[in-house]
Amino acid sequence: MSWLSRPATETQITHGGRLWLYAVAALVMIFLVVPTLIVVPMSFSDSQYLEFPPRRWSLRWYANYAGSTEWVQATFTSLKAAFLTMLVATPLGTMAAYGLFASRLRWVRPVYVLLVTPIVVPVILVGIGVFYAYAKLKLVNTLLGIVLAHTMLAVPLVLLIVTSALKSYDMNQEMVARSLGASRPRAFFKVTLPQIRFAVATGAILSFLTSFDEVIVALFVSGGANSTLTRSMFNALRDQIDPTIAAISTIMIVVTTVLLALAQALGRQRQGS
Amino acid sequence: MPAERANADGLRRDALRERLALFGLGSPALLLVLVVMVLPVGWLFSLSFLSDEGALSLEHYRRMLEQPSYARIFVTTFQVSALTTGICIALGYPLAYVLSQLPRRAANLCMIGVLLPFWTSLLVRTYAWLVLLQRQGVINGWGIELGLWSEPLPLVHNLAGTLIGMVHIMLPFLILPLYGTMRAIDRDYVKAAANLGAGPVRAFWQVFFPLSLPGLFGGALIVFILCLGFYVTPAVLGGGRVIMVSNRIATDIELFFNWGAASALGVVLLVLTLGLLYAAARLVRLDGVLGGHGT
Amino acid sequence: MARGASLPITIRQVTKGYGKVLALDRVDLDVRSGEFLTLLGPSGSGKTTLLMVLAGFTRPDHGSLLFGEEEVIRRPPHKRDVGMVFQNYALFPHMDVAANIAFPLKLRGTPRADVARRVEQALELVQLGGYGARRVDQLSGGQRQRVALARAIVFEPRILLMDEPLSALDKQLREHMQIELRRLHDRLGMTTVYVTHDQREALTMSDRIAVINGGRIMQVDAPRPLYERPANRFVAEFIGESTFLPVAASAGGFAHAGRVLKVAAPPAATGRCLLMLRPERLRILAAPDDALNMLTARVEDVVYQGDSVLVQAVLPDGCRIGVRAVSTAAAMATVARPGDTVTLGLAPEDTVILGEG
Repeated sequence: MSWLSRPATETQITHGGRLWLYAVAALVMIFLVVPTLIVVPMSFSDSQYLEFPPRRWSLRWYANYAGSTEWVQATFTSLKAAFLTMLVATPLGTMAAYGLFASRLRWVRPVYVLLVTPIVVPVILVGIGVFYAYAKLKLVNTLLGIVLAHTMLAVPLVLLIVTSALKSYDMNQEMVARSLGASRPRAFFKVTLPQIRFAVATGAILSFLTSFDEVIVALFVSGGANSTLTRSMFNALRDQIDPTIAAISTIMIVVTTVLLALAQALGRQRQGS
Repeated sequence: MPAERANADGLRRDALRERLALFGLGSPALLLVLVVMVLPVGWLFSLSFLSDEGALSLEHYRRMLEQPSYARIFVTTFQVSALTTGICIALGYPLAYVLSQLPRRAANLCMIGVLLPFWTSLLVRTYAWLVLLQRQGVINGWGIELGLWSEPLPLVHNLAGTLIGMVHIMLPFLILPLYGTMRAIDRDYVKAAANLGAGPVRAFWQVFFPLSLPGLFGGALIVFILCLGFYVTPAVLGGGRVIMVSNRIATDIELFFNWGAASALGVVLLVLTLGLLYAAARLVRLDGVLGGHGT
Repeated sequence: MARGASLPITIRQVTKGYGKVLALDRVDLDVRSGEFLTLLGPSGSGKTTLLMVLAGFTRPDHGSLLFGEEEVIRRPPHKRDVGMVFQNYALFPHMDVAANIAFPLKLRGTPRADVARRVEQALELVQLGGYGARRVDQLSGGQRQRVALARAIVFEPRILLMDEPLSALDKQLREHMQIELRRLHDRLGMTTVYVTHDQREALTMSDRIAVINGGRIMQVDAPRPLYERPANRFVAEFIGESTFLPVAASAGGFAHAGRVLKVAAPPAATGRCLLMLRPERLRILAAPDDALNMLTARVEDVVYQGDSVLVQAVLPDGCRIGVRAVSTAAAMATVARPGDTVTLGLAPEDTVILGEG
């Protein structure tokens, strides 16, 4: 093949001489992508045991899932929590990003760092800390408790994304708007927000996913009727491997993929305009 | 007021008011982090300095030093984190390198492959590995069917399973900053090296590799730091044989209601994490590296 | 748009410090009603800071600012009613041209029908009639500049501020726009404060120029007196080319190399002073002329620069000076050669003596 003998880099090594490298890269890509996707066909298996490829196809595990009040209730709890988290975390994170970006007070940097720390603090500490506090505040097993904790975990993502959008945004535009007669809030809503809206939307999507996928805090502070999907899944995983989970996993993969494709499309649009 | 300092007080008040108003926009988020993270975690930490009877003491820390079971947990945590980091480097570096050499469009397409698992629920991925690796799982099934081995291999509920799962989760954290650094390396350097007579191997090791080190170092540090706090993966894929600090903290609380011991472990874990992160932040910019969710 | 009302601006003791550095140091400046005044200075001189104080985006530490009779120093930007054009235009990319220009009108509650009419009028004024539906990213640099201008004047502000609005354009377009901006100003008559670091632009466009450096106003004057009678060495060096020779006060006036200088107007300075030499004001004399001040110099280099020819020469005391002549064929035929010793003449009217410093 002529492609193999063509130089691959400036150093005259050929593609043929680097085939091993491409093979390694391809294997790593397979390692990254395939295990997640393999669950999808398996969820359509007719078998009691998980097999790949399935010998006979059926929707029985989906039926099983839909027929279980426990699973369906958990799904609704998760969706509710994720939606509310998105609704709270997005404005909170955006406000903080704008305020900290525009304010030149000396404490801006430490506050920014503090607001980002939830990303790196081991979640188990947040889990038991919140559990301890909620026990005193009677917030354990409440939707409010989950949403508060998840919002705290999601705000840093919105903050990071919106801040980076503001950094590439031309603040002169807001100044022009103000010189033309718009008050600061008005200038923000009419001129700045329309231009960072994709970052805000991306932040919203990631907030949703953060809550929807979160396991550890949910393990400690959700329960009973307000048990999240992840909590129920985690407990089920420790007991036995129920193929219903494959069906649920598939649903979660679809939700994530759709949301990420949306975020990706928004990103492309952002680059385009 | 002397005429030459006209309006000074009013202007100072206006300036302060404006800054406070802007800063105030951050206060709801700040309040949330304070109430839901700082206060509970601080409260928890105060527990670590109280004995079971409620007196001020370092009992829990002393016990941590004395009991070999605690030492084992820290050793395990460090071992698992270091191994995960090492494997991530071994797998991630070649992939990031190849991606950085691809045309940008193709590379972006491949990046979706890296990002898809990054944002797929952690639990779903852990479950997928369980399904693949267990005794009657897909890999053992195929291996035996093809005659590669006759008895099911113990691939999960042990250290190997934990490592596989953790590497899978952490790999994107290594690849993203590394890829960014590699993309930014000016190809002219390598050209210059070739022009000066360096062969491909030499040009790589003496020019490209050193230039990629900041990204590698930043990514590896993030991987290591995030590994220290892992809970879900060792709990599910370790099958009780791999107990990391987070798992022990959870057990202390769920089974033994031993808040003091759990808190003391938590303090050590947090100090380690933030200390390493602080050290890392002084060496590399971390803004672009973070962005994952709970592990 | 008809010629509208305009307001004088009175700036008193305006001071702004950033840490220990004073960006503005007790600035006093009067801008006359309807005048085109340029703030000219090197980067970091404080000219943009002063403009931002006028617009209300930079809050000074103290001082007073009057628009007409009204104190506005604490008034927020959106209540100052000044038009502003930024260096990078800052057009709103999410709105089309017409929406950009309509923005200030809508904020002021202008009736719908009036908005459309005034937007079109403003567009015609900047020679972009019919461009209303264009997207901002479909415009060239010069067109963007005009849209930004139309947006800043459509609501008929009595004061217009411009921050290096032409610096992003190429040379030809820039020179064309200078004339056009000036014409527009003459037609609308609003008080205009214009910031630039380009001395030629300032000389071309302004009624008066305020030279600013280190946060202080160095001199405020019309272009010609500013160029011909600079107040100090900084102004002389910043505007036009110049070299300086030390001169000392003596019985008959100021003397250089033992010869008393002939001057048209006696200088205000005393003691040790500097003689300002502009290359284009010096002439190479064929024969000595006692009506002029004369210097002897040795030619080092002759540089042809298209429209002019620059002769670089050294005085006996080692000072380097330049002499510029128009590059007509006749001048080129007789121009000096490196190594020649020449006599330079300077008319008394062009002889300027500055205080040192």
